[in-house]
Amino acid sequence: MAQADELTIRATSDTLLRAQAARKQASAAQFVRWMLLFAGGVIMVMPLAYMISTSLKWPWEVYEIGLIPQEPTLENYTYVLEDGRFFGWFVNSLVIATITTLSALFFDSLVGYTLCKFQFRGRYIVFIAILSTLMIPTEMLVIPWYMMSQSFGWLDSYWGIMFPGLMTAFGVFLMKQFFETVPDDFLEAARIDGLNEFQIWWQVAMPMVKPALAALAIFIFLGNWTAFLWPLIVTTSPDLYTLPVGLASFGDEADVAWELIMTGAAISTLPTLIFFLIFQRFIIRGVVMAGLKG
Amino acid sequence: MSQLILRDLVKRYGTTQVLHSINLTVEQGEFVVLVGPSGCGKSTTLRMIAGLEEISGGTIEIGGRVVNNLEPKDRNIAMVFQNYAIYPHMTVRRNIGFGLKTAKLSKAEKNARIDEVAAILGMTEYLERKPAQLSGGQRQRVAIGRAMVRDPAVFLFDEPLSNLDAQLRTQMRLEIKKLHTRVGRMMIFVTHDQVEAMTLADRIVIMKDGHIQQIGTPAQVYHEPANTFVAQFIGAPQMNLLKAEGTGTGVRLWNGVEIAVPGIQIAPGRPVSFGIRPEDLKSDASAVLSGTVTVAEPLGAETLVYVDVDGVEVTATAPGRTPPRAGDRIGLGLSGDNAHLFDSASGQSLRTARA
Repeated sequence: MAQADELTIRATSDTLLRAQAARKQASAAQFVRWMLLFAGGVIMVMPLAYMISTSLKWPWEVYEIGLIPQEPTLENYTYVLEDGRFFGWFVNSLVIATITTLSALFFDSLVGYTLCKFQFRGRYIVFIAILSTLMIPTEMLVIPWYMMSQSFGWLDSYWGIMFPGLMTAFGVFLMKQFFETVPDDFLEAARIDGLNEFQIWWQVAMPMVKPALAALAIFIFLGNWTAFLWPLIVTTSPDLYTLPVGLASFGDEADVAWELIMTGAAISTLPTLIFFLIFQRFIIRGVVMAGLKG
Repeated sequence: MSQLILRDLVKRYGTTQVLHSINLTVEQGEFVVLVGPSGCGKSTTLRMIAGLEEISGGTIEIGGRVVNNLEPKDRNIAMVFQNYAIYPHMTVRRNIGFGLKTAKLSKAEKNARIDEVAAILGMTEYLERKPAQLSGGQRQRVAIGRAMVRDPAVFLFDEPLSNLDAQLRTQMRLEIKKLHTRVGRMMIFVTHDQVEAMTLADRIVIMKDGHIQQIGTPAQVYHEPANTFVAQFIGAPQMNLLKAEGTGTGVRLWNGVEIAVPGIQIAPGRPVSFGIRPEDLKSDASAVLSGTVTVAEPLGAETLVYVDVDGVEVTATAPGRTPPRAGDRIGLGLSGDNAHLFDSASGQSLRTARA
């Protein structure tokens, strides 16, 4: 009896040891995985950290490598915030990014919905035509945009900065893909309930693609918030500069005031951070779903 | 008197014709089930009645009014969809009330209607919930509620029970039947499930390849199938169809066995299909036919046996308590009274057995 018990105990301890070994192996793999993720995290955070660090440095220290400022100062922040231009650029960026985002959300989803849910001649060709504009880089478009703005008298105006982004091919594509996931039954039920096509889109289909709208909102807002090339070209008066353009003007050809640029950049990331925090629960899902559907 | 009349209804997609001259009259308060295999045109017919599909030819009349060119909302119909189509972002109350969106009623009147419908469906306590917090059966009730609240002349159901599990399906089937008794409105129900069709319908419309095969009460389509398709589609397990030829007073089966079939004369030598339902073909010592059991499926009350009779597999029934086993040689008894005879070329019924 005692022998049997001993055997059982030995067998149990054997099992435990083996389980322990397996766990050790697993935790080793886990450790490697975490280290890799940590390294990735450091690489991602580094520029941000360096931006903050530089914004706390005096001009004489800017070109020295080192994450911790030798004599940290908030002088740059005081300068940038007291400089009236910065606030103006901030407002410009905010207004432009907001209007562009709202417009793109509206038109992209309207066009995407139409291309997805209505059968009409040439539908596929229209879709391909819209998609193909994705293959043309912005750098190539700025000249036609500029000529267009010139002939319409849009140069150096809000409208001039905004018009290329009021509807986006990417958004149309994304929304079309998302509307595919809305079963036609919903739309038909609404049709029987007496809604017109616009109401069906707005009251039934749109609420069902909220994650996509949120993701698209973030993409477009960030894209416009950070847009540099086109606002730089289309604006001439500093009053109309957007933040990135304005920040870049914090220096001249001879001397670039990095500490001020970094300070401005640090402040200008705030709205994007807030925007992201509001919509983050949607964006991950949105990106994942877009990936799966695309 | 409100009637639904389909006259020579045709549907074409390009050059493909999917519905061929459908004629059907549904009376006030009648429960009609359209049934058939997938692709038979039953859903298309329903969607044309609803106004969700264009009509390629013929007319649809509801309550004495041709509705061909009317918008769905103006046809006085309501529809329940297979996947419920209740809006996930709205509460049950708003979902049910959605059907009243275009109705010219005060808010209080609308709420009263919603409450009334919710009470009938036993959903009162769930009115403020979102669909995600409901079970499948409750969601289907909401969908039915949205149809009911409009008080339409015609209820259309497009396979509404297909997404439910077997138990719930039986329960909802019963509820729909009770609902029909209660509201007394015309209901048109599409399904591919012949059990649903048999249990729900006042009349069944059996369709195949865009043609109506037979219209009749459940008893008629079961006992007097118009052709071999109906004979095999209705009833589970399927009716046996055996090759035979006429003998004047009955038929001679493919293996030479002669069976007297009362009440019909078939010219000697004329090829026919001899139909007999498994429940009319019983393991029996009197043994008109005999063969070897290949598979036995015990169902409790009885056992379904697949029997190889001279090279042809037939389905028969045996007692539940003393079932034969695979490999057993058994005799099968049948009566010519229960036989169905079909022309072997066209498949049309030559006569139908006792009704």
